[in-house]
Amino acid sequence: MPKNSKLKKILIIGSGPIIVGQAAEFDYAGTQACKAIREEGIECVLVNSNPATIMTDKGIADTVYIEPLTEDALEKIIEKERPDGVLAGFGGQTGLNLAMELDEKGIFVKYGARLLGVNKDSIKKAEDREAFKELMLEIGEPIPQSTIATHMKECYDFIDEVGYPVIVRPAYTLGGTGGGIAENREELDVLAQRGMEASAIGQILLEKSVAGWKEIEYEVIRDAKDNCIIICSMENLDPVGIHTGDSIVVAPTQTLRDTEYQMLRNSAIRIIRSLGIEGGCNVQFALNPLTSEYIVIEVNPRVSRSSALASKAAGYPIAKIAAKIALGYSLDELSNYVTGQTSACFEPTLDYCVVKFPKFPFDKFVTASRTLGTQMQATGEVMTISRTFESALLKATAALEAKCDGIKIPYVENLSKEQLIPKLKKADDERIFAIARIYRENMMTPEEVHDMTGIDMWFLNKIKNITDMEARLREERLTPQLLREAEEMGLTESTILEASGVSKDVIQDMRIYHDIFPVYKMVDTCGGEFEALTPYYYSSYDDEDEARITDNDKILVVGSGPIRIGQGIEFDYSCVHGAWAINDMGLESIMINNNPETVSTDFDTSDKLYFEALHIDDVMNVLKKERPLGVILQFGGQTALNLTEPLYKRGINILGTEFKYVDLAEDREKFSDLLAELGIPAPKGVAVTEEDEAFRAAHSLGYPVMVRPSYVIGGRAMQVVFSDEELHKYMREAVSLSTEHPILIDKYIMGTEMEVDAIGDGEDILIPGIMEHVERTGVHSGDSIAVYPPFSLSDEIKAKMIDYTERISKALHIVGHVNIQYATDGSEVYVIEVNPRASRTVPILSKVTGVPMVELAVKTMLGKKLRDLGYGTGCYPEKEKYAVKVPVFSGAKLINTDIALGPEMKSTGEALGIDKDLDIALLKGFEGARTGMPLEGEIYVSVNEPNKSSETARIVKEYMEEGYSISASEGTAKFLNEEGIDAEMISIDDAPAVMGDRIRILINVANVGNRKGTRGLKLRRKAIEKGVTVITCMDTAEAFLRCIRIKKKGVEPEYEPV
Amino acid sequence: MKGLIYLEDGSLFKGYGFGAPATNVGELVFNTSMSGYQEILTDPSYSGQVITMTYPLIGNYGINSSDMESDKIHAMGFIAKDISFEPSNAASEMNIDDWLKQQGIPGVYGVDTRKITKRIRKEGTVKCVISNEDLSVSRLREICNSTPLRGDWMKEAGTSEYIHIPGDGYRVAIMDFGVKGNIIESFKKRNCDIHIFPYGTSAEEMMSIHPHGIFLTNGPGDPAEATEAVEEIKKFIGEIPVFGICMGHQVLALALGGSTYKLKYGHRGGNHGVFDKDTGKSYITSQNHGYAVNGDSLIFRGMEMTHINLNDMTVEGMRHRTLPVFSVQFHPEASPGPQDTAYLFDKFITMMGSETNAKE
Repeated sequence: MPKNSKLKKILIIGSGPIIVGQAAEFDYAGTQACKAIREEGIECVLVNSNPATIMTDKGIADTVYIEPLTEDALEKIIEKERPDGVLAGFGGQTGLNLAMELDEKGIFVKYGARLLGVNKDSIKKAEDREAFKELMLEIGEPIPQSTIATHMKECYDFIDEVGYPVIVRPAYTLGGTGGGIAENREELDVLAQRGMEASAIGQILLEKSVAGWKEIEYEVIRDAKDNCIIICSMENLDPVGIHTGDSIVVAPTQTLRDTEYQMLRNSAIRIIRSLGIEGGCNVQFALNPLTSEYIVIEVNPRVSRSSALASKAAGYPIAKIAAKIALGYSLDELSNYVTGQTSACFEPTLDYCVVKFPKFPFDKFVTASRTLGTQMQATGEVMTISRTFESALLKATAALEAKCDGIKIPYVENLSKEQLIPKLKKADDERIFAIARIYRENMMTPEEVHDMTGIDMWFLNKIKNITDMEARLREERLTPQLLREAEEMGLTESTILEASGVSKDVIQDMRIYHDIFPVYKMVDTCGGEFEALTPYYYSSYDDEDEARITDNDKILVVGSGPIRIGQGIEFDYSCVHGAWAINDMGLESIMINNNPETVSTDFDTSDKLYFEALHIDDVMNVLKKERPLGVILQFGGQTALNLTEPLYKRGINILGTEFKYVDLAEDREKFSDLLAELGIPAPKGVAVTEEDEAFRAAHSLGYPVMVRPSYVIGGRAMQVVFSDEELHKYMREAVSLSTEHPILIDKYIMGTEMEVDAIGDGEDILIPGIMEHVERTGVHSGDSIAVYPPFSLSDEIKAKMIDYTERISKALHIVGHVNIQYATDGSEVYVIEVNPRASRTVPILSKVTGVPMVELAVKTMLGKKLRDLGYGTGCYPEKEKYAVKVPVFSGAKLINTDIALGPEMKSTGEALGIDKDLDIALLKGFEGARTGMPLEGEIYVSVNEPNKSSETARIVKEYMEEGYSISASEGTAKFLNEEGIDAEMISIDDAPAVMGDRIRILINVANVGNRKGTRGLKLRRKAIEKGVTVITCMDTAEAFLRCIRIKKKGVEPEYEPV
Repeated sequence: MKGLIYLEDGSLFKGYGFGAPATNVGELVFNTSMSGYQEILTDPSYSGQVITMTYPLIGNYGINSSDMESDKIHAMGFIAKDISFEPSNAASEMNIDDWLKQQGIPGVYGVDTRKITKRIRKEGTVKCVISNEDLSVSRLREICNSTPLRGDWMKEAGTSEYIHIPGDGYRVAIMDFGVKGNIIESFKKRNCDIHIFPYGTSAEEMMSIHPHGIFLTNGPGDPAEATEAVEEIKKFIGEIPVFGICMGHQVLALALGGSTYKLKYGHRGGNHGVFDKDTGKSYITSQNHGYAVNGDSLIFRGMEMTHINLNDMTVEGMRHRTLPVFSVQFHPEASPGPQDTAYLFDKFITMMGSETNAKE
């Protein structure tokens, strides 16, 4: 069945802002889909509100709309563009839901667009619990026994039928709040009662628990001719009970006999056939390890996070092929992209082992529950490839960039058996490290660990192999043979050094003399059976090296690793553009990265891809092999930038700003000296180690002050402090955190924050644009609403910023990117921070201004001068439209986390609103961020002391003028009443109970966010869980009010392509 | 224990030995299946071959008594990147090391199996010596040179005596070149009355049980050496429904006047796509063959190609235009591998049914 020739124009729906559970994988999938469509000469229109993506770039689709993913926006865009077909299966749950809504409303029929790849029926069957259950019964596929209950009697009846354990899930709550596994009557009583209370409709779902069974996944593709293939099977190291996104996952399955494998394969194929999906689908199974009996847990009728992982793990571009199928092709008409000569209708075979390890945000969210369960909490993941499981696992922990060496976390190494056991029984993010610790100290045997965790013995024995090797290194003489074995098993050099006690230079000589270095193997989809063309490699301490080293001049780009709070998809954007720009310059591009969700790790993004940890050793090994002209470290966020010093010391040519200047910018003291020299103001600051000193410093600077520990980056544990009392509290907590490192106390500049991104060539600079933050200083730049171009700044302030940026860039000899954050109190401009690298705002500014920032940065790094590159120097003329970045939080997904704005970053993604009118751009931003916008009802207000101001009173009054009623906490109500505002008092302890039912919007400015047990946190959590719109800063409240007004006026935004 | 693999061209791979302390000579091949090592090792079609698994982690789920395709290991040796000495699966009864010891088969692990695979891909399958007896290179060379590879394994890989497995359904006479257990199971599942005849049985003897159909099994070796069988098969054609798998497909082609040839490195694995011209659909198949039927040789012999390998366009199936004769190169019985083409057994059953009805 060849391509459907009637399709001339196709619209793709993206997935919107990044949230936990819906991340960069949809940028990867969407980008592939766009490419697949355009390859066929079909025009491609894309809608996505997420500006940090590659897919929303010029050149990926023919027409790009960075607009909110709302029914209204989509209808207008469809009306205007008149696509023949719509692809919704590449935009995650968001894309699918939106397509379903549009279909329901008859929009597709109205404008003659066909929904491709998925149909309403299949989606309903896959996603609606009841319809799915019916279908599975119809085709004879086993599913867990379940029932719906509204009172205890029904629960007991169900238990009589199926027995314990059962999973309790409240109906219609976000984030699985109130759910859990009940092992006995007591637990059932508690969970069921709580669940019924938590549920909006007093209803719970009871399901026979299969916790402890093996969790297995299959990625299936089906075409319209009903051909079905499995791309990859995956086995979760963690048994059923932990979301697969939070599990350590291994590909292919390891502990299944062929008969078991084929049984599940047959089931997966039956399911995709019965759903009639044309494209990709993910099926999750639970397999009883004792009886080989299985049940179907879940089906995703679209490409997913797992399919991105499977694509990278198997080398098979699922999204691309799924898009081709949606266009009408059958699998046997397509060829294998990797071999170029064999058919796409085959099943990839791996000759390596893949490990995916989740990256959790618990370092940022100190209040979060670290216990893992059925709600995904990881923000990102790493994937590593090796020839043994042990080595793939150890590569993964290295790639995490966490505080671990191998499978060892210092903190866990200090725990006693009694402290470790709870970690085994109720898994948290440190379970595997706890197991290693238990082995090291011989506290338990693998069998005993198995009894507590349910983890398959195969994995537990392999982990034991690693700790046994550590023990051998400690006990035996380090021979070349032992060194090789340790390396083959994947032990890091630091583990080998530490365990063997042999010095680094001896090991180095041993390596050189006995040639103990990794070789690179190719990922080729076929286990070596056919010749492959893809330059996609992983390291291995094996015999034959397959890396084909060309004579071309080449540049290596270091990626940004797993997505985490503060280092998201934006950096992947820069890496991908970096690789493309390198190619444009006629050079070979080499990428090193380990994030399977991203475009940068697509095998055709760069000329060569090394799937590796970004540890200095791994990067050096690749460099040794490739010997590039230079390395670019500016694109991969702080991860890559942190390699500047070690690579510089090893004599590696680092392109762009020189190390000494990077160091100057990063070193607080040196940098503040430089600013003083330049006569550029910065907030005064002092480093203190004792409380007395802290008080003295705070008093001399004057409150409010900004305090933070010196050893962290990215705003962790930073806080604005207004009084001695708060400072005392902070010092007590922070100092107990670390005694060796001083606390930094800075004058807090109350006012507006701005950021400037610029590109330097060593002589001139180009500032594509300036962004002004809506929220005042003190809110992390990643979490504030930012507007391009500045909307309230005077020309004088702007001129100052431009001048400072130029002078700082010159002084730092910036070549390539620089990002500078400023604050102004209205008259003076202060420098807060300089980042000599690409920033989060690069994709936004590139798209909005049309200045290809990364391309220019690469060119300057390769010696070109800005004045010759066509975009001029100095500040680029402002566009006549506004672009508003609105942050998105995953509060509903991350249990017990706080979303109160503060100096620590908490958002996971962002949406962009673009319009000529600032208010409409704001509105589009909020809508893109999926902020609930109730146009009437009650607002609950509770603000801290500094915010009990006339400004707050004015804003609240204006909300009232728009028809909202107001209630407030004790103090706030008193204050508002004094200001003449009629606000009903509801105590902050009673307020959680009325969230949702009564209160539609919560305006809550916290004293301190992100602290366990506070009443404010409880209030905000309840509001999030009840779907109440939560605003935690008065500036946001004011901006939100502007949107409400527009909305109430009935202004209809227009939607324009970028 | 040292494990060595010496190739005819003089190259040597050093790893660790496992299994029985032994030295064997065989044709070095690779298999790309990620699971099913036990089925592969007990598949009689691997007689005379040393198998390299491209998947590096082997033995993970151990060895059990139900995943046997015959009563013993037929391969001459086994090579993997990494072996699990501590397998994990409820069905597991022993580890692969002990099993190979028990079966007297040498294994080698810890070698670069991808390098071996690429060597086979580039230069073709090759004679090799597998040894974990710590022999010198010159001794290995000597053994290699003095041991010729055989192509007539199909004459002894199957049963040596007639076997009857009674059933209520159609009577199938099986010409055994080394049949896989799951082929028999597939007929059992369809209630067939199964009669298995050893290699060399005459057509007359097989016909004497009045079968509804003749089945030609898989088996090892070069089909061109199965001359006796080819002659007997000629006598069935046109008389009775005939279905062949793998070796059965190849000897059928020879009996019809077609020709076979040796593939550079064969197809061994469970992931090849095969296009079925009849249904217009494609299937993922289980494969294990070193020889193939020459497609051009089928023309003018009344035969037509029904199945094509999507990767290299080789013949994967054929049928007679008018007579009830068909065969496939791949393995619809799977074990190991995908079970997508099990419908071919049903097709044979239907064919036997309609032929019987026509006669009555």
